Amino acid sequence: MGSKLKVIKQSGAYLVRGVTLLIAISILSFVLMSLSPIDPMRAYVQANPGASAENIAKMEEFWGLNDPMPTRFVKWGSALLRGDFGTSKLYRRPVLEIIGTRFAATLALMLTAWTMSGVLGFSIGCAMGLTQGSFIDRVLKRLCLIMCSIPTFWIGLVFLMLFSVWLGWFPFGMAVPAGVAAGDVTIWQRLHHLVLPAATLSFLSFANVALHTREKLTEVMSSEYVLFARARGKSRFQILRQHGFRNILMPAVTMQFSSFSELFGGSVLAENIFGYPGLGAAASAAGLQSDIPLLLGITLFSALFVFAGNAIANGLYVVIDPRVREGVA
Amino acid sequence: MSDVNIGPAVGAEVSSEGPGTPIEVLRVEGLEVAFSRYGKGWSRDRLKVISNLNLTVRSGEIVAVAGSSGSGKSLLAHAVLGILPRNAHTSGRINFMGKALTPARLKKLRGTRIAFVPQSVEYLDPLMRVGRQISPDRQAVLAAFERYRLDPSVAELYPHQLSGGMARRVLVASAVVGDPQLIVADEPTPGMSKELADKAMKHFRDLADAGVAVLLITHDIDLALGYADRVAVFYAGTTVETAPADDFDARERLRHPWSQALWQAIPANGFQPTPGHQPYAGRLPQGCLYAPRCPRKGHDCGHHAPPTVTIRGGEVSCCYAS
Repeated sequence: MGSKLKVIKQSGAYLVRGVTLLIAISILSFVLMSLSPIDPMRAYVQANPGASAENIAKMEEFWGLNDPMPTRFVKWGSALLRGDFGTSKLYRRPVLEIIGTRFAATLALMLTAWTMSGVLGFSIGCAMGLTQGSFIDRVLKRLCLIMCSIPTFWIGLVFLMLFSVWLGWFPFGMAVPAGVAAGDVTIWQRLHHLVLPAATLSFLSFANVALHTREKLTEVMSSEYVLFARARGKSRFQILRQHGFRNILMPAVTMQFSSFSELFGGSVLAENIFGYPGLGAAASAAGLQSDIPLLLGITLFSALFVFAGNAIANGLYVVIDPRVREGVA
Repeated sequence: MSDVNIGPAVGAEVSSEGPGTPIEVLRVEGLEVAFSRYGKGWSRDRLKVISNLNLTVRSGEIVAVAGSSGSGKSLLAHAVLGILPRNAHTSGRINFMGKALTPARLKKLRGTRIAFVPQSVEYLDPLMRVGRQISPDRQAVLAAFERYRLDPSVAELYPHQLSGGMARRVLVASAVVGDPQLIVADEPTPGMSKELADKAMKHFRDLADAGVAVLLITHDIDLALGYADRVAVFYAGTTVETAPADDFDARERLRHPWSQALWQAIPANGFQPTPGHQPYAGRLPQGCLYAPRCPRKGHDCGHHAPPTVTIRGGEVSCCYAS
């Protein structure tokens, strides 16, 4: 009866939490950036040699670098509220525009990797959980544990060497072939460029998903309700279909949604290795060259992205589990 | 395993409906259950948890298997239903309606002619509605629900929404959906109030009176005595004595020293504990399992397992039974 009201109340609480999170993140990252040892002016001069001392002083005045930190924050923050994220020094374009185009590329990469790791991890996890304790299970489990310990950048380099340098199956980095007009790039060429970075990124988490699914399914298969289902004459397959999936699918899906942060972190590495022009590569470039408006914009955007992932994960639990829905468990 | 007919020619066709002449529904002979487990490295060893267990259940009677918690009596229920874990090994003989209960036969009978009543609502999938979970056959579920005065709307509830009394009736109803000849109930009353436990036992009594054979596994011997026809006393993975429930009226009428010790432990009979404890699986003594605690043991008890003999209408495994 009051469930609708409860949903509205919970959504409201989430909204408040999201806004306060963004405020906290913007303050924290602004302070950290201001304390960063990389001087934005020097980075600019290095990138544009030949600027006179007079010009540098003018630029400092123009960028407001002489103002105290709180003044700068208020300036930046009030512009932000008006929807103005500033202009990237690095790309000389509005930050929002850069985030928009870059994010499209990154989203394609992350979505592919996310789906791949989810489907692959879930299937391998199910195979392990059903054959728990058998030879197959023990081999797969060891493999997964090894996978978990391999760093993303290393597997990226191995993929690059193996599949593009030695075998020549996939292009050596970038999102589109070089020397082709943007309008002439086919979807197949884009996909071809996407495979290796996406595979690298999915390697980050699929073993984790598999081990988690295995653990969950093992737990379900040794549960009392599966024992009772067997006593009622249900076959192994029926039990997997009726009780197995029902009980492990949701934890797996919610885990997928809450893995957005790892995905974002991994994309920074994967994009740098493959020279893939996504948000991750832009973030590290902005950080190294002290492109403060861009880096702050990306930070806020990624925080929002991760927050949305976690919110979806929590929301799904409420939808699926009748006990959570009624506030029992 | 050969198909051996036990007792007077009994076929599966014989109706179990109505009291009539009792027929032997379940016969367990020399049952052994052992678990293999991984030791250090890749070595395996076997842990024997049930040994030399003998038991019969006839139509129209409740046989209670009484033993302390953790003594492995649930495994007897699981062995009869063939739902032991994969690392369990069984040997011995289990017959149902006079024929060996092979895995193939069990597959067909489980959930219909042989039903299991679990301990609690924990045995239901928390994410699945009760009715659909018990059986996909909605008509059968509603008929069983009606028998236990459960509203059809209960079928649409999730397990956590059931009250204690509803849960008890739902679990019993789940057993009668398939028209069973044998019901195996594993600790159906733990944590229940006396009143609720009595109601649960009454359900089993009614089923037995209608001709069903009921194997009731319980640690509450006191409660079981009020409803069971015969009581099998379980000790360290075996049955030491199977006696008519009436024999528990007086200590002298019991045959095995452990049954007598149990009798003394019942509050109304003095509440006297027996020193020592049951041996752990894996550390079972040689010969008679009760010998280390037995006041009546002879010098040969530690060498060979006692044979099962019938004395005064009850079976007992003891060389010095009285």
